[in-house]
Amino acid sequence: MELSLFQYLIRRALQSGVVLLVTGLIAFSMFRFVGDPVENMMGQERTDADIELLREKLGLNDPFFIQYWNFLADAAQGDLGISFRQGRPVVEVLIERLPATIELASVSAFLAIIVGITLGVYVAIKPFGWITNTVLTVSLIGVSLPTFLIGIMLIYLFAVELSWLPSFGRGETVQIGWWSTGLLTVSGVKAIILPAVTLGLYQMTMIMRLVRSEMSEVLNSDFIRFARSRGLPEQKINFRHALKNTLVPVITVTGLQLGSIIAFAIITETVFQWPGLGLLFIDSVQFVDIPIMASYLMFISLMFVSINLIVDILYVMIDPRLRIGEAS
Amino acid sequence: MIEGWREFVRSNFIYSFSRAPVAIGSFVIASSLILFAIAAPFISPYTPYDPATLNLMNGFSAPLAPNAFTGDVFIFGSDDQGRDILSTILFGMRVSLFVGFSAVFLAMILGVALGLVAAMAGGVIDAIIMRVADIQLSFPSILIAMLIYGIAKGITPPEMRNEVAIWVLILSIGLSDWVQFARVVRGSAMVELQKEYVEAAKLIGVNRVAIAFRHIFPNVVPSVLVIATISLALAIISEATLSFLGVGAPPTQPSLGTLIRIGQGFLFSGEWWIIFFPSLALLLLALSVNLLGDWLRNTLNPNVGIK
Amino acid sequence: MLLAIENLTIRYPSRFGDFTAVDEASLHLDRGEVLGIVGESGAGKSTIGNAIMGLLQAPGKMVGGSIIFDGQRLDLLSKKELISLRGKKVGMIFQDPMTSLNPLETIEAQLLETVLLHSDLSKADAKLRALELLSEVGISAPAERIKQFPHEFSGGMRQRVVIALVLAGNPDLIIADEPTTALDVSIQATILKLIRTLCHHKNVGVILVTHDMAVIAETTDRVAVMHRGKIVETDNTKSLIASPKHAYTKALISAVPPSNRRIDRFTHVDFAKDRHDRKSIDLKSHWVGKEVYEPAAEKELLKVQNLTKVFNARSSIFSPKRGSTLAVDNVTFSILDGESYGIVGESGSGKSTIARLISGIHKPTDGSVLFDGLDLLNGIKSVQDKKKKRKIQMIFQDPYSSLNGRMRVEQIISEPLLLGGFEGSKAELQQLVYDLLFLVELESGAASKYPHAFSGGQRQRISIARALASRPKFLICDEPTSALDVSIQAQILNLLRDLQQRLNLTYLFISHDLPVMRQVCDRIAVMKNGSLVEECPAEEIFTSPQHSYTKDLIRLMPKFER
Repeated sequence: MELSLFQYLIRRALQSGVVLLVTGLIAFSMFRFVGDPVENMMGQERTDADIELLREKLGLNDPFFIQYWNFLADAAQGDLGISFRQGRPVVEVLIERLPATIELASVSAFLAIIVGITLGVYVAIKPFGWITNTVLTVSLIGVSLPTFLIGIMLIYLFAVELSWLPSFGRGETVQIGWWSTGLLTVSGVKAIILPAVTLGLYQMTMIMRLVRSEMSEVLNSDFIRFARSRGLPEQKINFRHALKNTLVPVITVTGLQLGSIIAFAIITETVFQWPGLGLLFIDSVQFVDIPIMASYLMFISLMFVSINLIVDILYVMIDPRLRIGEAS
Repeated sequence: MIEGWREFVRSNFIYSFSRAPVAIGSFVIASSLILFAIAAPFISPYTPYDPATLNLMNGFSAPLAPNAFTGDVFIFGSDDQGRDILSTILFGMRVSLFVGFSAVFLAMILGVALGLVAAMAGGVIDAIIMRVADIQLSFPSILIAMLIYGIAKGITPPEMRNEVAIWVLILSIGLSDWVQFARVVRGSAMVELQKEYVEAAKLIGVNRVAIAFRHIFPNVVPSVLVIATISLALAIISEATLSFLGVGAPPTQPSLGTLIRIGQGFLFSGEWWIIFFPSLALLLLALSVNLLGDWLRNTLNPNVGIK
Repeated sequence: MLLAIENLTIRYPSRFGDFTAVDEASLHLDRGEVLGIVGESGAGKSTIGNAIMGLLQAPGKMVGGSIIFDGQRLDLLSKKELISLRGKKVGMIFQDPMTSLNPLETIEAQLLETVLLHSDLSKADAKLRALELLSEVGISAPAERIKQFPHEFSGGMRQRVVIALVLAGNPDLIIADEPTTALDVSIQATILKLIRTLCHHKNVGVILVTHDMAVIAETTDRVAVMHRGKIVETDNTKSLIASPKHAYTKALISAVPPSNRRIDRFTHVDFAKDRHDRKSIDLKSHWVGKEVYEPAAEKELLKVQNLTKVFNARSSIFSPKRGSTLAVDNVTFSILDGESYGIVGESGSGKSTIARLISGIHKPTDGSVLFDGLDLLNGIKSVQDKKKKRKIQMIFQDPYSSLNGRMRVEQIISEPLLLGGFEGSKAELQQLVYDLLFLVELESGAASKYPHAFSGGQRQRISIARALASRPKFLICDEPTSALDVSIQAQILNLLRDLQQRLNLTYLFISHDLPVMRQVCDRIAVMKNGSLVEECPAEEIFTSPQHSYTKDLIRLMPKFER
């Protein structure tokens, strides 16, 4: 690869741009063509002349691309339309619900990464033994069960039977500027535990399995055998040589998966009635609240694309083979 | 044919299968559940979706206890409308499995076709197909499925929505799953295309279409099977999730996910059986199919996953 | 006595019963001498090396015998004790230099780690020692190169770094497991010389494991020959080669293509039951023989002119154009009807690309290829033309990917028959398939089996049968025996020669192995970096090479003379 870092970034940025445009197009199509926006916005009493007037005002008679351009321009400035159901600007609704989801996603991600990598490394180094077997069995179950089922089971166990933790909601929140956080109160922290575990379990399992498979492969590779033959102690081999080589591919895949946590939050938020973006989206699907649906789509797309980009940059920074060209 | 069957039986495949209790166990459970589901109309003790046979007085009957009013016995209890839970589970599994298999079938046809085309055509066509796949892959399939549902709901008149729901569900899961198949098939096909027997075939005079079907395709099939089994497990889980969220199978034709959604409302009021038994059924189904797929992947693809 | 191994036995349990990889093997080694262990694949030679290091691949287990190193029983040591010996007393050089080094760390980091592990030097002193080591193994500008990463080194250079790492602990015994098999011939010579020099100067004992008798002849003082886990003969190298005693050793030596002369046939190596005795077929009246004709004297069957091929790295809409490689540079040569023409070159020389340009897999950037008057690049239009094009067939290097694993042998061989317009009954077709199998010394039962049931050599025979089914005139052999054991190679080369005589075939033989080409080719062309640098009758290449590159190749070629 003879690209400089700069060229590579430009290329990736362009790709991301294309993705955003495509999602924007889909979102826009939804706005304009699914259901009739004018129908949805006007009350029962309206004349044809009124409809025509509104159409003109909303620019619905303009050619497709002009409408699309206007849509993008508005979106860039933060105007995403008005929610059909709530009657408030979409941006307002999104910002209100954003902190809940971000906090949930972050805590889950944190748990998933720490626990996932630790267990993955352990299982790769000690492939036999009862701890390993237990972990593998539990992980297999974790992957096989739908997230919502896990959530329900956890609620039943910890909230209904044991009454240790709340079964729904966010607990008390503290307002800092426009951000509302639940992490500063006891009830808030208690409330986030079960949802975070539910949301993170699947990711944790995937990460663990990935780390395990990558590390096992690395541990069997030639350069590890050579390192062993030089008398390097097992400790050093496992943690200095093997782990480093394992983490490089793990980072890429993990990064991409973590992006999807925000989307998976939809399920968890539904089970726990967590007032975040996910619950908002589900409600909007039920009530066919197109502006919310489309805006959520664009938001997710933006998040993904950013995370992908960051992950790619990280990858290039870590693997020297990508930074410097190969010799013949 | 007989020679081929004998070879199969003696093969490493059957050998490791017979020595893996997990594989045998999950195979038995999965096939039993599938058989029960197929036979549901014949073996289910009640007909829970025929309104004529429902008796509201049977509502909330506990498992195995004769109902206080009618004396009917329900093995797994009854729900708020008086429907027998066991029967609803049997029919529910039917829906779940129907959607699961259909969705995987759709995804497989689409994915395999596109994957093969991408690999054999190369160039711009390949680039386009892969870009689309990449873009779609960066979104979780749940989201895409929900989007398709939302759009479909928006364009269907309200009276038709329940009927169309199942097909929309199949479409949304299938369309979100094709990418896996396409990628694997394309990757596998590209590996095969590099192999020397393809060069030999060209020299002999075999044309491109024949190379694709007679040479490449049979070598790609094993990977497709592995992905198909894993996809089935995922499809079942996705369908259950979507139904649970209310954007899947409707209450008139509920799948296991829908049943759980209905049952969640009664979890705290003491009628635990309404949610418990459908959950158990889903757990067994998802677990057994998943374990089977996992074992299959480890056996057929020793390079992927752990030995 | 540095190392004494007595009656070593190693077993691998498997589904089909225990497999004995090493069977009561005994050998000994002194300081300052190079002991070679030679054998074909599966002989167990690498296993012995692994056992000494305590690095046997699971589930292998040592079940009998003893390994005594410098007075200590290695096989009785605990894991911890073994680890403390590794690197410091015993070191190992692995086969593939491309995967032996940690790709994420600099050479300096890896060297320092090992040096500090085995000595009490300060960090600063350790750095000096590291530089010293790099110079010892012949790496120029060590101060700059030490800061680089493994992927910035070529294969040969990486192997030198590997050797430096092994030397870092000052071991008394070094096991070199096929250290040059993955390298080009010219690099191989220098690495082997390095190993031999280090052995004698530092007074360490070296065990050199290899399958290549020529490497043994040039590098080792004594040699042990292994066959199916047993050591069949041990002697000092010169005596063994001059007068082998065991039947297997004799067979093995007779199968090695001598580098100093051309022989008629390789004497049959009985130990490898690879072939089936031929049922004789009267070719004159047989379908296969129908298109055989006497080669026209001096007629140019294949004419290649100004052939050039440039490879562009794939560029898509999303990436800028990357560098391009000039694989074949303005090459011109002709092959006469009935002759055996060889192209020799190292990796990257372009020889395989030329094969694929002729066969049509790649399209040339410039130049022309004429086959029996037909312009292969533009002129294939009519059915007649296509028929003529099918007269060019090819045998490939990798026996494992040159056959479709999902087709039975019968299908593999029938396919070309049917495409060639065979019109006959099913029974006749089957008989033809059997006859072709006989022709390549396989039995008719092979037809109903799948490729995975056959060994490498047998698969090559099936490939040859498939090629013959198109009734070719011109056969391109692209490294057909490079992946095979030397005794199997001998049989395949014999077969190719017989077929050429019986069917009046013309060969284009491509290889990197000069001694093999001496046995097979009438004329040889030498390629370097895409250009054809010399072409002349085979014997002259060896007796009086003209071009400096050819001279280097001949000089560095491992010599095995008999």
